[in-house]
Amino acid sequence: MKTEELKSLNLQDTPGVPLLEIKNLRAIYKTDLETVEAVNGISLQINKGKTFGLVGETGAGKTTTALSILRLLPSTTGRILEGEILFNGTNLLELDEGVMRAVRGGLISMVFQDPMSALNPVYTVDEQIGEAIRLHNPDYTKEQVEDRVDEMLQLVGILPSRKHDYPHQFSGGMKQRVVIAMALCCEPHLLIADEPTTALDVTIQAQVLAMIRELRDRLGTAMLMITHDLGIVAQTCDDVGVMYAGEIVEAGTAEDIFLGKEHHPYTVGLFDSIPNLTSRATRLKPIPGLMPDPTNLPKGCVFAERCSHCMEICKTEHPKIYVNGTHKLCCHLFDDKLKQN
Amino acid sequence: MYKYILKRILFLIPTILGVTLIIYAVMNITPGDPAAQILGPGTPEADRIAYNEKLGYNDPFLQKYVRYVKNMVVNQDFGISYVTKQDVFAEIWPRYVITLELSFLGVFLAALIGIPLGIKSAVNQYTLWDTIPSLLAFFMAAFPAFVLGLILLYIFCLWLNILPSSGVGTFAHFIMPALAISIPPAAQNFRFTKSSMLESIRQDYVRTARAKGVPEKEVIWKHVLKNALLPVVTQVGLSLGSLICGAVVAEKLFSVPGIGSLIVERITYKDEPIIIAGTILISICFTLVMLLVDIIYAFIDPRIRAKYTNKR
Repeated sequence: MKTEELKSLNLQDTPGVPLLEIKNLRAIYKTDLETVEAVNGISLQINKGKTFGLVGETGAGKTTTALSILRLLPSTTGRILEGEILFNGTNLLELDEGVMRAVRGGLISMVFQDPMSALNPVYTVDEQIGEAIRLHNPDYTKEQVEDRVDEMLQLVGILPSRKHDYPHQFSGGMKQRVVIAMALCCEPHLLIADEPTTALDVTIQAQVLAMIRELRDRLGTAMLMITHDLGIVAQTCDDVGVMYAGEIVEAGTAEDIFLGKEHHPYTVGLFDSIPNLTSRATRLKPIPGLMPDPTNLPKGCVFAERCSHCMEICKTEHPKIYVNGTHKLCCHLFDDKLKQN
Repeated sequence: MYKYILKRILFLIPTILGVTLIIYAVMNITPGDPAAQILGPGTPEADRIAYNEKLGYNDPFLQKYVRYVKNMVVNQDFGISYVTKQDVFAEIWPRYVITLELSFLGVFLAALIGIPLGIKSAVNQYTLWDTIPSLLAFFMAAFPAFVLGLILLYIFCLWLNILPSSGVGTFAHFIMPALAISIPPAAQNFRFTKSSMLESIRQDYVRTARAKGVPEKEVIWKHVLKNALLPVVTQVGLSLGSLICGAVVAEKLFSVPGIGSLIVERITYKDEPIIIAGTILISICFTLVMLLVDIIYAFIDPRIRAKYTNKR
C-alpha cells in the first residue's frame, strides 16, 4: 500500500531532475539551556548514480545533514527550521510519516559510523536483514525473503551459513558488511554512508571501502559519502562539499577540489594536515584553533578565527558565494572576482 | 541450553547447603538450650541436662549440622517446635504456602503495574504519561507497606465494603494484602523499566531500525523492549525478597497466617527449629526464583546464552 502511495507521489526517477537536492537546510538541536546551530543553510545536489562526498571535521554538521534527509533527528531536541530536501523533486520534509517510513530503507538507506552498536544485539543477522526486506516487500513469501538475505550476505562477502549468528559473533568489519547488506537489500536509489570506515582498522577500511565502491557501481546507487578523510573522497567521490561549522564553505567536482587553483583557506588547511610522504616533515601541520561554539556562532565568516588570511571584513560580514563554473567558494578572498562577474 | 539449565539446577545444591550452614551456625552461637525452652522454668537441673543429652544438643557442631541436613533432606524432618511441641514441617508448610501465594501475587501485581507504566512513560518522555507516574512512583517507593495497608483497609473495607478485612480462604482475601506489599516494588519496577527503556531507546541500533523504515510501534516493542528487559527481569526477581519482608507486615495487618508472622512471633520465644526451618524454606524459594531469572536472561540475551553453550 505504501509502495503505491510512493509511486503516486512520484518519488521515482524523473529525467532532468537531480536525485537529491538540498536547498538552504537549517537544522538545530534545541534544549531548555541552549540552541546548537548544527546545520546553517546548506545546499547541495546529488545526481543519479553519482557520489557526493561531504568532508569536514568532527562537529561540522555532516551527520545532522544525513539524519535530516531521513528525518531521523532526535525527536526531543532536533528541529529542521527551514529549507527543502527534494528527492526526485518531492520535498521529503512535507511527507506524511507513513510514506516517509517507506522512503527510509526503501529509497534512501543509511550506513552508520559505528558497526559495533548499529546492530541489535538480541536478534540474528538474518532477522535484521530480513526485517528490512519484509517491510519494503510485503508480498514476499518467507522463502523469497530468506533467498534475498542469502543473496545479500553473499554480495557483501559473508557466508550465508552464518546468517543465524548474532552480531556479537562477528568482527567489526563483518558487522559493517552486515549493516551494508541491510542498507542495500531493498536496492535504494540513494545510500547515505556516514563515516562507514571510521570505526574500522586500516586494513579492513580498505576492504570495506572497495566493497562499497564495487556495490555502488554494480547497483548504480547514488551515494552521499560522509567522511573526514580526503583520501576516501579522492577514491570514491564525483562531487565534493567541504563542510565547516554547519556550512558548506567550498563545493565542486572532485577535480575542482583536488586540482583546482582557488581554494577556501579551510580546504587548504585540510590538505595541509594530511601527512605527506614526499616532504620529510616530522610533524603534521594541523589547523590551529578549534571550531566555533555552535551555540554561539560568529557573525561574520565562521572560519575567520582560525584563518591565516583573515581580514577586517571577515569578522563582521558573512561572505557571499563565488561561483566559478562547477566550483563554489564561500570566502571574502574572492570578493573581487565576485564583483567582476 | 538444556545443559546450561541442568548446570544451574545442580548449582542450587551447594547454594542451599551453604545457606543452611550459615543459618544453622548463627542460631547455634546464640545462647539458650532447648531443654530450658521446652521444659520451661523450674525444671530440675539434672532433668535439663539429661534432656539436652537426649536431643544431642551437646554434640559437636558439625555433627549436629550433618544430622540436621540429613533429617531435612531424607524425611523433611525439621525437628520439633520448642513452643508447640509439634512437628515443625507440619506446622510451617501450610503457612509457607500462604506466604508464597501472597508474595507471588505481589510480584505479579508489581510487575503488572510497574513495567507497562515504565514503558509508556519512557516512550512518552516529558509528557503527562511520564510526569504523573514518575511523581507517584517517587512517593510510593518511600511509602511503608503498613501505611498503604491501612489506606487500603479504609477504602475497601470501611468505605466501599467490598473486600474482607482479614483472614484467608478466598482469593478476595489476598487482594488487599498483595496490593499493599506490591506497591513499593511496583514503584521500583516502574523506575527500572523507565530508565532501562530510555537507555535502550538512545542506542544506535534503534536508529538503525528507524532508518530501515520500521514503524515506531515495532521499534519500541521489538528493538527497544527486548534489550531493556534484562535489568527489569533482575529487578522483578529481587523484588520477591522485599515482598517476603513486606509480607510480614501485611500478614500482621490483615491477619493472614503466613510464615513471616510465624517467624517473627517465635523469635520472641527463641523457637530455634521454627526459625531455622522458616528461613531455610524462604531462602530456597528465593534461590529458585534467581535461577529462573538466570534462565530468562539466557533466553533474552544471546550473548549470555553463548557463554554457556558450546556453539561458537
